[in-house]
Amino acid sequence: MTNMISPKDFEVSRRDLLKGAGALVVVMGAQPVVGSKKAAAKTRGAKAMGFGSKVKPKLIPDQLDSFIAIRADGKVTAFFGKMDMGQGLDVAISQIIAEELDVAFEKVTTLMSDTGTSVNQGGASGSFGVKWGGRTMRVIAAEARRVLVEEAAKRLGVKAARLEVNDGVVSVKGDMSKKVSYADILQGNYFNHKLTWNKKLGNRLYSHGKAKPKAVKDYRIVGKPFPRIDVAGKVFGTTDFVTDIKVPGMVHGRVIHPTRAGSKLKGYDASSIKHIKGVRVVQKKDFIAVVADNEWDAVQAARDLKVHWTGGGKKPFGRQEDLYDHIRNAPVIKQKNRFKGGDVDKALAGAAKVLAAEFEFPFQSHASMGPACAVVDAGANPVMLWTGSQKSHYTSYGVAKMLKMPKGSVRGIWVPGPGSYGRNDAGDAAMQAALLSKEVGKPVRVQGMRHEGTGWDPKAPASVHFCRGGLDAQGNVIAYEFISKAFDRQNVRSNESQPRDNLAGQALGAKLKPRKFFSEPENIYNIPDYRLGWKVIPPFLDRNSPLRTSHLRDPIGPQIQFASEQFHDELAEAAGMDPVAYRLKYLRTKRDRALITAVAEKAGWKPRVGPRKGQGGKNTVSGRGIAYARRSGSKVAVIAEVEVDTRSGQIWVRKFTVSHECGLIINPDGLTLTIQGNVVMALSRVIYEEVMFGPDEVTSIDWDTYPIAESPDTPEAVDVVLINRPDKPSMGAGEPSTRPVSGAIANAFYDATGVRMRTAPMTPARVKAALAKG
Amino acid sequence: MAKPQRMRLNVNGGHFTVTVDPDMPLLYALRNDIGLNNPHFGCGLAQCGACTVHVNGKAIRSCVTPVGSVRGKKVVTLTGLGTPEKPHPVQTAFVEEQVPQCGYCINGWIMTAAEMLNKNPKLSDKQIRAGLKGLKCRCGTHFAILKAVKRAAKAMAS
Repeated sequence: MTNMISPKDFEVSRRDLLKGAGALVVVMGAQPVVGSKKAAAKTRGAKAMGFGSKVKPKLIPDQLDSFIAIRADGKVTAFFGKMDMGQGLDVAISQIIAEELDVAFEKVTTLMSDTGTSVNQGGASGSFGVKWGGRTMRVIAAEARRVLVEEAAKRLGVKAARLEVNDGVVSVKGDMSKKVSYADILQGNYFNHKLTWNKKLGNRLYSHGKAKPKAVKDYRIVGKPFPRIDVAGKVFGTTDFVTDIKVPGMVHGRVIHPTRAGSKLKGYDASSIKHIKGVRVVQKKDFIAVVADNEWDAVQAARDLKVHWTGGGKKPFGRQEDLYDHIRNAPVIKQKNRFKGGDVDKALAGAAKVLAAEFEFPFQSHASMGPACAVVDAGANPVMLWTGSQKSHYTSYGVAKMLKMPKGSVRGIWVPGPGSYGRNDAGDAAMQAALLSKEVGKPVRVQGMRHEGTGWDPKAPASVHFCRGGLDAQGNVIAYEFISKAFDRQNVRSNESQPRDNLAGQALGAKLKPRKFFSEPENIYNIPDYRLGWKVIPPFLDRNSPLRTSHLRDPIGPQIQFASEQFHDELAEAAGMDPVAYRLKYLRTKRDRALITAVAEKAGWKPRVGPRKGQGGKNTVSGRGIAYARRSGSKVAVIAEVEVDTRSGQIWVRKFTVSHECGLIINPDGLTLTIQGNVVMALSRVIYEEVMFGPDEVTSIDWDTYPIAESPDTPEAVDVVLINRPDKPSMGAGEPSTRPVSGAIANAFYDATGVRMRTAPMTPARVKAALAKG
Repeated sequence: MAKPQRMRLNVNGGHFTVTVDPDMPLLYALRNDIGLNNPHFGCGLAQCGACTVHVNGKAIRSCVTPVGSVRGKKVVTLTGLGTPEKPHPVQTAFVEEQVPQCGYCINGWIMTAAEMLNKNPKLSDKQIRAGLKGLKCRCGTHFAILKAVKRAAKAMAS
């Protein structure tokens, strides 16, 4: 299906938009469509008067209509300022809304991350979709029900307390004949009802009314499995991705990146592409791109155009093999010891036994399935942006800034993109398309090539982790220190709202403003003297670098847990303890320990001290390892069972057993599939993924040079134990099960071989070398 | 760059006349000239499978296949493989197992598995894993993919 979108569908006057009234939404069919200019003119100046107003109140977070619409046919549309990329967040939000409104799940549609219809709830970020986004939508849906029931009480002439709601029909308890439906009450009009808003935008946005949400014991929809909405469209090929957006008059842009990082644009040879007709070269400072009517012409022109770059001869990245020494020796620009207790140095000095270990983790790429794509029509009013970015609100602010326009002058519509695992290349494509559209005066579609998607996306930072632990004469762990030294985790911010945080902005001269931040392990082990902290080092280049860092799924989680969970296994062995028994002894809370017990029982864990080594056949040894992590309230334990081919060095994770607790579960099926996806992506990262580079450039530029897990790597089983805690608020699930996988696999490898892998990834070549060394 | 040529293509049972550079990859003709979005651009290097289509029943990577080379051949894309009303068993299984996350890659897995099982649905776990090697999925849905392919194999073998 070709998705032809007429700009008229989104027409709205800039004046309206700037006033905040621009998102006058007329709900038609399944899609909200911004009213025509004529309609906007008609209602301009008209005030939204009273309950059931025909005029939509402004799209701001203190209005109920900014979040929920009840249509004339009784169907419900939720406008959610976050997005989902296949983990079923929209289903969970629809469940929460259906539950609070007392309507059938099937009646609710959750529309996500269109800045013309939703307020900025932060986009996808930090696994906050249910934790914060769901919490907000729950209280707002409860408030919608409250005001509808109040209105019904007036119409039916009874007290609200005497009413009940069944699938959107309000009736008198015990007398179903006295009834009125939500649809009858609102007749397709607006609530026009004020909420209390905490005045924050993004993740922290919270708005509520007077209503108290339902008690968990009364839930009928939340906690039940519901299938995803988007699966069939993807399986039958009818879903349009951002790459499929076509706008009348649209042309194709391709951006050309320097061959040597840090170099400046000197010029280009237009005659090098004279064999391709109708191509325009756009150059502004160090930004250079080609634009053509036909995509294939643009692809060839970008390939063939001779561009002259200058400078950048300082070999900014050094040699790949020196990366970890570079980190060890680089100056510290900021450090923090977030968790400290007692006197760890004194305790280590007095310990009967001291262990020390260092671990190394490489740069990693988002390597999304396709290079990012965006379409921008800078000449439209408002400016239109179609983006796969997971933060379309912030991206629209960034595009506005890029175009030197006011913040609210861009409508950003999120459309599913090729993967979404944090701050990938999507934000860069949006800014490139904006810049090009302004220059050529036409809607421009930008998509990169593979070498740009992998080579030039922001990277997860490389790190070195320094661990020390001390035991007393009785074998108790009395001291624990964990310090990471690493590249800052956000050379570019994950929210894309500043030109300096994207490549086009940097090519125009904006300099990076690193956040100077890393992270530490969660303070989950009860060891008397401890220090958990980090130090960060400067980026290699101050702009336009293919090794600039930003967030990749569970930022810093796989890195830290690769080190910390291996080191706890080392401490367990030194203490003469089984790794499971060790965690049961030292984990702080009963709630943490419940995860260990559950995963060990499910996996049939057999206690052992140290590695068993040599389990299995002649050329294959097997082992199992455990790791545990918390991630902002969620708790995950993983047992990995691995087989190691001692000839090739290939690791295969035969089985994962995962226990997972994230408070109240909204949708157990969606959660299980999310976990099963996360553990395989995490497996890929710890076994295969490493961004390779030379002194001047990133050399991991495709799937051959940046391999990831493939079908033979698929585990035979991924057993998931969900621990539901209806008595606790829902926490995130999008990322937490990514976190302990690296440690679990490395610990299983050690059990199989007796060899510690202190550097990730555990590629066949590296494993083979480690086994040979012994 | 070769001169554009007028050519007739048989895609999903329909005939389309396009005027294009015969050396242009088939993918661009399908997406931009015929308007079929379901094969996706993933790498342009035949390394991921997102662009897979069937040509005379064989799964090929349309990102490296010159459009001129499929003249007179039958091209089938994901939308031509089956529809919600008349799904291919692999599509049915992928819906039942709720496989795709982002879904950008899923075309490649379905088209490759469909060709493989159309030829012989009685395959071992090892053969299925080997047959799907070379395809990429970044979301890590491999476990669900294998479950779905085995479910489809079972349905097709019975």
